[in-house]
This record gives sequence, C-alpha cells and structure tokens, in this order.
Amino acid sequence: MSLDFLLEIGTEEIPHWMIPGALAQIEKLALFGGDISVDATPRRLVVRASGLPERTPDREQVVKGPPLASGEKAAEGFARKQGADPSALRQAGSHYELVKRIPGRAVRDMLAESLPAAILGLQWPKTMYWTGGKTGPRFIRPIRWIVALLADELIPFEIAGVKSGNVTRGHRKLGSPAIPVTIASYEIELRKNFVVLSSHERRHKIETEAARLGAKIDRDLLKTLTFITEYPTAIRGDFDPAYLELPAEVLTTVMRHHQKYFSVETEPIEKTVGKLAPQFVAVINLPGDPEGLVKKGNERVLRARFNDARFFWDVDQQKKLIDRVEDLGNVTFQAKLGSYKAKTDRVVELVKELGGNAHAQRAAMLAKCDLTAEMVKEFTDLQGIVGGLYAKAQGEPEPVWRAIYEHYKPLSMEDSIPETAEGQIVALADKLDTLRGCFEIGLVPTGSKDPFALRRAAQGVVKILAEAKLDYLLDQLAIGELRAFLKERVQYYFREVRGYKYDEVNAVLAPGISELRDVEARLAALSAIRSTEDFEALAAACKRIRNILKQAGFEGNGPMDAALFEDGPERELANRLAEFVLSNETDYSKRLTAISGFRPAVDTFFDKILVNAPDPRVRTNRLTLLSKLYSEFSTLADFSEIVTEGNSRTTD
Amino acid sequence: MDTFQETVFKLKRYWAERGAIIQEPYDVEVGAGTMCPETFLRVLGPKPYRVAYVQPSRRPADGRYGENPNRLYKHQQLQVILKPTPDDVIEQYLGSLEAIGIDLTKHDLKLEEDNWEAPTLGAWGVGWQVMLDGLEITQFTYFQQCGGIDLELVPAEITYGLERLSAFLQGVESVYDIVWAPGFKYSDVRMTDELQFSVYNFEMATVDRLWRLLGEYEAECKELLANFPKYPEKQRFPVLAAYEQVLKCSHLFNLLDARGAISVTERVGVIKRVRDLAVGTAKLWAEQQQPASDGEAA
Repeated sequence: MSLDFLLEIGTEEIPHWMIPGALAQIEKLALFGGDISVDATPRRLVVRASGLPERTPDREQVVKGPPLASGEKAAEGFARKQGADPSALRQAGSHYELVKRIPGRAVRDMLAESLPAAILGLQWPKTMYWTGGKTGPRFIRPIRWIVALLADELIPFEIAGVKSGNVTRGHRKLGSPAIPVTIASYEIELRKNFVVLSSHERRHKIETEAARLGAKIDRDLLKTLTFITEYPTAIRGDFDPAYLELPAEVLTTVMRHHQKYFSVETEPIEKTVGKLAPQFVAVINLPGDPEGLVKKGNERVLRARFNDARFFWDVDQQKKLIDRVEDLGNVTFQAKLGSYKAKTDRVVELVKELGGNAHAQRAAMLAKCDLTAEMVKEFTDLQGIVGGLYAKAQGEPEPVWRAIYEHYKPLSMEDSIPETAEGQIVALADKLDTLRGCFEIGLVPTGSKDPFALRRAAQGVVKILAEAKLDYLLDQLAIGELRAFLKERVQYYFREVRGYKYDEVNAVLAPGISELRDVEARLAALSAIRSTEDFEALAAACKRIRNILKQAGFEGNGPMDAALFEDGPERELANRLAEFVLSNETDYSKRLTAISGFRPAVDTFFDKILVNAPDPRVRTNRLTLLSKLYSEFSTLADFSEIVTEGNSRTTD
Repeated sequence: MDTFQETVFKLKRYWAERGAIIQEPYDVEVGAGTMCPETFLRVLGPKPYRVAYVQPSRRPADGRYGENPNRLYKHQQLQVILKPTPDDVIEQYLGSLEAIGIDLTKHDLKLEEDNWEAPTLGAWGVGWQVMLDGLEITQFTYFQQCGGIDLELVPAEITYGLERLSAFLQGVESVYDIVWAPGFKYSDVRMTDELQFSVYNFEMATVDRLWRLLGEYEAECKELLANFPKYPEKQRFPVLAAYEQVLKCSHLFNLLDARGAISVTERVGVIKRVRDLAVGTAKLWAEQQQPASDGEAA
C-alpha cells in the first residue's frame, strides 16, 4: 500500500533569498522512498510526497551463538537471552546461530522520530533561537505551527513546543488562522484563504500582471517578490514627471532596490539605458487595491524618496568632484593602506605605468570622489555611477566621465566589462591596487572569508584582461601569492565562464600564462581539435613521452646526432620534426592540425623503436628526439594534461 | 483622523492591556529606545519583563534645520519589549496597527528581513522591517545578544517610528504637517528644537570641550566598573549610574561625529571605547540579576 505525505513547517516570515536554498535541502529529506515535491511561501516550507510504504520491509539478522562444543545448556541460555526458543537455533559450522527476524516498522513512527532532527538540521545562512535560551532549538525564524500527515493520519512530533497537527494557517489578514486540512484539500484550502502555495504560480502571476502594466521585468526582483508574498498582485502607480530630470540610474535604484518596484519604460531601449516613464509597478500581498489606498501610500513613499535624491543631487553639485580629491584623505580605505586619497594617488600612478592616456589619468584621480557625496552615502550601490554622472554634469570630457561611471565594472562574472578603453584601464588599476595592497599586508581571502571582495576584484582583473584583449602579462602585474591567486581566477574564468574543459585549460596554462587573449586563442584552437581521433591519440602519446622522460630522469637538451638515427620510423620522425620546426607555424589551428598529423609517425616510432637502446649514445639521442618533440608540441599547450579516453584523472 | 498624541495614547493603551508596564521616556539623551536601561539592561537575565514607552531619540547627524520633510534631529520611537516573546507576538503587533485605525485587509503589509546590530552596545538580533504600503513603519527584532551576553529569555523588540506612522495615518507629506494635538502641528511643537539643535550640532558645539567631556564621563564609568569587584554589597552597587555614563559618552560621540570631528580612523577606536563600557556595565548588571549573586557572592 502506498501512502501520501504532507509536511508543512509554518514559520514567521523567512528571508526571501534563503527560501530556494532551503527547498533544495528539503528535497533531499529521507522519506523512505516516494516522489517528493517541495514548495514554499515566506511563511511555510512544504513537502508533499506520494508512494511511501506503510511499513519498512522485515529483515533478517544472523546472531552468532556459542560454539557447538559448549553444549546444549549454553545454547539454551543464548536462545533465552535472545528471546527465542532453543528450537529456533541452527548449527553453522562450529557454532550455533540464530536467525532473527526484525520486523519492519511503521513509516509513520519512523517519520515522527526523524522529522524533528531533519527539520532542525536544515542549514541556514544565519539562525536564531527564540525559546529555551541559547541551548534551545535554532531555526531561521520561529516555527509557529506544523502540519504533518501520512495518509491523512497525524504524524505526531514536537519542535520547540509546537505539536504537529492537521491545522494550517491562511494569509495573515485575509485568511483564517486555523484551517483543518487533509492532504487532498490542503492546497485548495490555502487558496481559499489567500495563499498561493506554488511559487511557480506566484512568479507567473507577478510576471504577467506586471508586464501587462508595462513593467520592465527584472529577474532578481521577480524572484524576490515571489518569495515575499503569499498572494501577489501587481499594481501601477505614478510619480510627478518632473522627477525624470534626475538620472534614470538614480530613479531606478530607488524604485528597484529600495522600494522593490519595477520601473516602467515608454520607448524602446536605446543602447543600455531606456527612457523611463513616470510610473512604477509595485507587487502587493493582497488580491487587489480597489480603493487605491495602497497605490496612494506607495506613491507618497516614492515621492519622499525622490525628494531626498533631488536634495542630495543639489547639495552635491555645490562642490565639484575635483574639489573633493583632498577630502578623500578623510575617508579610510583600509587602516594599514591609508585613505582613499592615498589609494587615488597610487591608482593614478598605476594608470600611468599601464600606459593610460590623460583622460584615463584624470578619471583615476576623480574616480573615488563620489564617496564623499551625499547621494552615494544614501545609495551606496550607485558609487561610480554617481561620480560619472556628476563628472558629466560638471563638464568633464566624455572619456573621463564614462571611465568614472564604469570603473567598478565588472561587478560579477556575469557583468560586462567597461566599454571604453579609459574605463578598462582605470577599472583594472583600481582592482589591482586593492589586490596588491591587501596581499602585501596579509589580507588574503581564506575559505568563505573575503571581506574586501578580493576574489571579485581578481575576477574583474581577469575578465577585463581577457575580454578587452589587453596586452599585459599577469606576471608583470603581480608577484608571489597574488600571482598564484590570479592564476586560479584565470582557470576559473576559462572553465566556468568561458566553458572550456578543465583539462584543456590546464594544458594551455601549463607552459605559463601568456596574455589572456592569447590563452583564449589557444584554448579555442585546442578545443576545436581535441575531439578528432588523431589528436586524442597524440595526446596519449605525449603523456607516454612525458612518462618516459620522467622515468629516464632525462633532462638533456643537447643537439641530436642525425647519424645515430636508425633509418625508418626514427629518422622519419626526426625529419618531420625538423620540417615542423622550420615551418614555424604561428596560426594556432594550423599548428595544432600539423601536430595532430604527427600521430602516425609517433605511433610507428613507438611500435618499432626501442627507446631504451643498449647503446647509451643511441639511447640519449632518442630521448633527446622525444624531448625536443615534446617541448616543440608543448609551446601551445601541454597535451599530456589532456584527459583521453580510458584515462580520466583529475587535475594535478 | 487621530492626532499624533491620540495615536500614541492608543498604542500605549493597547500594550498596557496586554500586560506591559507603561514607562515614561528615559531622561538621559539616547540615540534609540534600545539604549534605555529599560531595554538594554532589562533584556539581560532570567526575569520576564514587559514594557512600552515613547523615547525621544537624538541623532545629531540627521538634523536638517527643519528643512527636510522626513529627517529629524530628534524623533520619537514607541518602544515595546516583550520578554519572553509570546508565541503570537506578530498577531499582537498587527492588532496594534488595527487599534490605531489601519485596516490591514486594505493595506499591503510585508515583513522584510532586517537584522539589527549595534556595535557600540555589543548587541544584535534578527528580525524584519515592517513595510506598510512601501513605508517602513516598524523595526521588529528578536534580540539574541546584548552587551556581549547571550540572552536567556529571547525578547521581542518592537520599535514604531511614530512620526512616519502618524504621517501615514494623517496622509501628510511632511512630518511637520502632522497634527500633534487639536490646533497644534508637529512644526509648532518641534520646529524650534530642530533648527536650534541643528545649528548647535553642526556649527557651534565646542569640539575640544566635547572631547574632554567624553573623557570625563568615560573616566567616571571606568572608575565605577573598577570598584565593583571589591564592593561588598553587590545589590547596592550603582550599575545604573555607570550605565548613564555610557549613554553620555554615546551621545557625545554622536555630537562629535555630526560636528565632523571624528576622522574615520579615530572612529573605530572611539566606538570601541564606548562598547567596552557598555559591555562592562552589562556584565555587572547580569551578575546582579543572578539570584545567587547576593552580597557575599561573586
């Protein structure tokens, strides 16, 4: 018989961003089989399953008894102790043994026992205790009710003083606070009580309604809104078009980040910034706003926010960015690394060293000045952007203000790099300075600790170098530990962002990291050719060569003596190599194709020629040939790093 | 439509009916209701407590000479402490909103994560900002630690921003337009303070003297804390007086900060000085609260 299961953990409002992670864990709860589905609203985590067995199967356990030699009395004693009749004993070899039948258990009982620990065992980014002091149960927010049913029968247990039952709760104000449910009626009852359980449905409802009202759909915001509402409805509000004089960046930041509104655009987007309409779309946790009360309230809040922004803008314009450079002396960058003024001076120098033009140097000097602006103190996400806009308003040339505007980019691996050359170089220098400084004073990220977001800075460096196709070498930009740290980021970038296979990345990086655009070109060529049969075989051969050289402890790199080559496969390989060296092919694809072409010659060589020749001179000569071959091939990538079929090893 | 004071009366009445002591504001300058001994010290130890009070809260740096419709040097908080937290605390809180005339079936209410941390008090908690039609009207916090001490009975702290709430209820754009009492607006009652204290805080406060005062209050507090171990009758020991010195220091710090007298590098150091005093005081208070800690103990 297969049973249905329902578990609802009723809580106070869980932070929206933690809910998907919790659901992923709940999906893996051990429920003794059955098909699991999970869902959540801010106030409930829900698991439903079907096909659970009523009992776990019976099983047998063999218990070893006394030796036969110890007699029947001992056997009886053993049986009694095991709660069995002596007749149940059997003889196995030199001992008695008892086959015990362990009856299966009711799944309901097992769930009642295991669920409390499983629920409290969920991992959250931050937990709290609310009852029983510090030793009390911990969860993300207080648990206030629990529904736990197996085939509509209660699974009895208790967490933090809350007993499981069959009573759920509806929407905080529109629903009933006590709704008896069965597994079949659960979702329907919730809906009657203004809770849409399915997060998929809530998201869809928000998206379609908001889109209909003209909202510019923002994926992150959509996700947030899905998990802070139980019964979402989109409504549209207006604001005074006079506020459109403020930069769109400021308006959308206020709407999106501070108020969780979608912005509305009137015209098709040109370039990156669309034209804002004096409207917004809010998502409320109600079925509607027939009297317009919620709309009015939200409009008033937004007006106050926009007024603040306008006030900040006006105040900030009273002092130009260039007059704020000295003020940066009062803003600490890092205790040991000094103020932002000191940082600015270093970055300007670095921009010069990197060959930045006068615009780039000017931008570097002004880049951090907006940290003293009221607007940035209020809307910290807008650092850089506000500086750029102010620079523009204050008549700085376009390359300067744009470089300031985009110098924090890329903010993530998904974010784009600065578009202008000046922006790229300022962004690069700013990040490099942070990295160098922090590494110098030992602030190296460990595990999850990375307070200065150095990983992001390093990823930014790598992304800019690679995607702006800049000519700097990592080895020029960084030394020691930082170089290794950046190298890790290079691997990460080409693997996770660019999608190359890890062994391809290892192979290309093995000879040393060249300019990243060159790394990418080699990767592209390697990736294109690797699936060909010849190449795979050649990669395998390279590995063999490397092993041979290693085993022989061979490091000689002297000249080869052509006279010592045996005619046939050996001389042919040597000739071929000579031709290859002469051709000095620089196009990576062609070079790789040529290298792949060595496969028959290499194969025949290994078939017919004994490297370990009795004559030490011949042996040395052969090892030299292999060594030269290997190093010639390896200028582009170390093929021995390539994982070939039947040889799937992990990275070194 | 209720006046400002009527809304305050209703909220106090509501919480009084739910067993809270109605306290009057604390008479030393504080930056937030949390800093009053009624919260900061009372949440420590094993004794249940329920209290509600309006606390004028001074934030010198937020002064705007009475020109900004939403920012104030001194605003009023209604602070509610429920220790331990009742299971239906949120329902009770929502009831208080209904008691002041908000129909929650027609307004959008959301609890959005907002964890609270006060480094100068060695205190933190988790909770929400309560958003009503997009306006933050309340901070709701489950205290976890205070004065560096893990709490035995977790209290809920509910802090209403009274000006915002009233502006919402009265439908006005500026806090100064709130009707405080029949015939009197918020501006009639408070505009003069806002202007004069903005002038003092930003322009005229004497930086040297404020630093000296900070040092004096700190010294007084330190001396008291140092006397505790050898003081014979622990219950008589004036921990509360020591704590007032902490509040004085905290306020002076805020004043100096508003005056632009604290560089960023100094800042961390001064915060630590205040924090050490707060944590030291909390420790003594907690010790006094333990039943065993009579005259002979410790």
